[in-house]
Amino acid sequence: MRAWHFSENAYPFLPPTDEYESIRVTLPNRLYDPVKGAELYDRFLTEWQIAEEEGVNIMLNEHHQSATCVDPTAPLVLAALARLTSKARLLILGNPIANRRQPVRVAEEMAMIDVLSKGRLEAGFVRGVPTELLPANSNPVRMNERHWEALDMIVQAWTGHDGPTSFEGRFFHHRNINIWPRPYQSPHPPIWVSTTSPGGAGQVGAHGYIQATFLTGFKGTPAIYDAYRKGWREAGRGIDVPVNRLAYAAMVYVADTEAKARAGAEKLLWYVTANKISPWFRNPPGYSPIEANVKMMLGDAAGGGFGNFGANSTIDGAMANGTMFCGTPDQVFGQIKNFYHHVGGFGNLLLMGQAGFLDHEETVAGIRSFARHVYPRLKEEFPDDAISGRRDAADAAASE
Amino acid sequence: MKRDMIKIGDIDLELHEAGEGPPLLLLHSGQGFSPDDPYVGMLAKHYRVIAPSHPGFGYSSLPEWMDAIDDIAHVYVALIDRLDLPSVHIVGCSIGGWIAAEIATKIMRRIDKLIVVGPEGVKTGRRDELDIPDIFAVSQEAMNRMRFHDPVKAHVDLSKLSQEQMRVIARNAETLSLLVWEPYMHNPKLRHRLHCLTMPTLFLRGASDGLVTADYLERYAQLVPGALIETIPEAGHLPHIERPEAFVAAVTSFFGRGA
Repeated sequence: MRAWHFSENAYPFLPPTDEYESIRVTLPNRLYDPVKGAELYDRFLTEWQIAEEEGVNIMLNEHHQSATCVDPTAPLVLAALARLTSKARLLILGNPIANRRQPVRVAEEMAMIDVLSKGRLEAGFVRGVPTELLPANSNPVRMNERHWEALDMIVQAWTGHDGPTSFEGRFFHHRNINIWPRPYQSPHPPIWVSTTSPGGAGQVGAHGYIQATFLTGFKGTPAIYDAYRKGWREAGRGIDVPVNRLAYAAMVYVADTEAKARAGAEKLLWYVTANKISPWFRNPPGYSPIEANVKMMLGDAAGGGFGNFGANSTIDGAMANGTMFCGTPDQVFGQIKNFYHHVGGFGNLLLMGQAGFLDHEETVAGIRSFARHVYPRLKEEFPDDAISGRRDAADAAASE
Repeated sequence: MKRDMIKIGDIDLELHEAGEGPPLLLLHSGQGFSPDDPYVGMLAKHYRVIAPSHPGFGYSSLPEWMDAIDDIAHVYVALIDRLDLPSVHIVGCSIGGWIAAEIATKIMRRIDKLIVVGPEGVKTGRRDELDIPDIFAVSQEAMNRMRFHDPVKAHVDLSKLSQEQMRVIARNAETLSLLVWEPYMHNPKLRHRLHCLTMPTLFLRGASDGLVTADYLERYAQLVPGALIETIPEAGHLPHIERPEAFVAAVTSFFGRGA
């Protein structure tokens, strides 16, 4: 099991929620104080450095025009981390390539960071939440098709070493692809793709890329992992799916007493609760499949990419859902073990370990308690070369 | 109203037809075509009304290569040819008006007369101000106020819809996103092509239209030689829905009564 400290670079110093319409897309940036923002960047970079000192890897993400994640150009932060760290793997999860105009530029950014970090890059690619579409001026329709075409083009750019190649696709065109530098890792950095739906996971599995899923809990995760394993096997990658191909992101807070852990976890819930978004930004037409929209009209679904967040707004609710692991080291180890077996095994735990008003000392205490008292046990109990999931397709079918 | 599926290139096109008289190609707005809307029957008393569902709307297919209003215009140029219409009137509402304007730049001599109703399609205003308010960044209530003089009429009772109707609504909305998202509600080329429109053209607008303003319509109309402008009072963006009698009266007075 590999663990990754993930922080969204949130800017929490906002007026009461009834004084603004939406924390994403329309929140005026006059509410952002660049002086406080600079202190926050300092702090979050330091926390990633501390994670590295504790033997934990580093993960960051990217959102736009949002106070929840003031990291609109994650490759810049990653470039800084490439110089500030020397051991940790550096995971960007990820590049929103359905919303970027030039995949070759993304390939260049990633290759440069891979060289700067001497081969520590883990390159993730995400479709992105609905609230990214207006900030990117990006069409909600056919995002998935753009995502996969862009990723193919990036891999082509990374792996061609004999002068220019060309790519003329449905969405992206480039006549002269010949990037300098090429990636440090060969044939290219490990590729991650996040998805929260079984349909998406099947495609990721077919490609053999590392599949990450966020806060999908006990309920949603098994179907996603099953779909990944099915896609993997159907693509002829073999019967056995290594656990290191699968990742799960949850809110995690560990302390020496349950009371202290719950106090930290309470602050982590900002992830879920600081999420006031105008309803019309949650589901722009074309983002969700037609059938999902029909279900929303029928009142069966809460709608949008954040549909299941509401139930996670308390510690007990989130823990029951499997979206939060919280408590003493023994308790958290037990919770993760339980989740691991429930979903069939995964090799990467993405720790949402900082949110909102969880201050520096509290964040660092959480990282250290996890790294020192839980992580070693996870590594021992769940080796990286373990196999994920049922080996027999009939068993998988029976669980559906 | 007769309904057929016909093949145009790789598209399965849903085609509604009713009435006799001079052919009138009726191009629907972004909410799709409903043959039961009262104005349709009223038009069919005077004209042979030919009303396709645009590719991606209703039951018309949407091939993966299509992503622009102008792509649809090309389909209808082929349709006019297929139906062997030496000449045709066109009425287009909202994006249907935009499609009509694109068609008119291609086969100007085959179009008798043209009416565009609350049309989008050109950018005429400042670059730091949207010509058409962002329909993807407002509440349903605000949209209803922009679309209707009397927003109460915009209300759709979801509980009365079949799942099939919901599917069509969701698909229409998706296709609309695909077509108008960027460049937003316009084709930058279109305004430079409108000079060649030779047919009599009427720009029609509901007086309470909150999407297509009077200023926008006037700037648009100025790009078309000799175009006239008329306003229908107490109607919003969809005067054909909100004021069918006044709308049909405006059409027949401009086209002549036909049959």
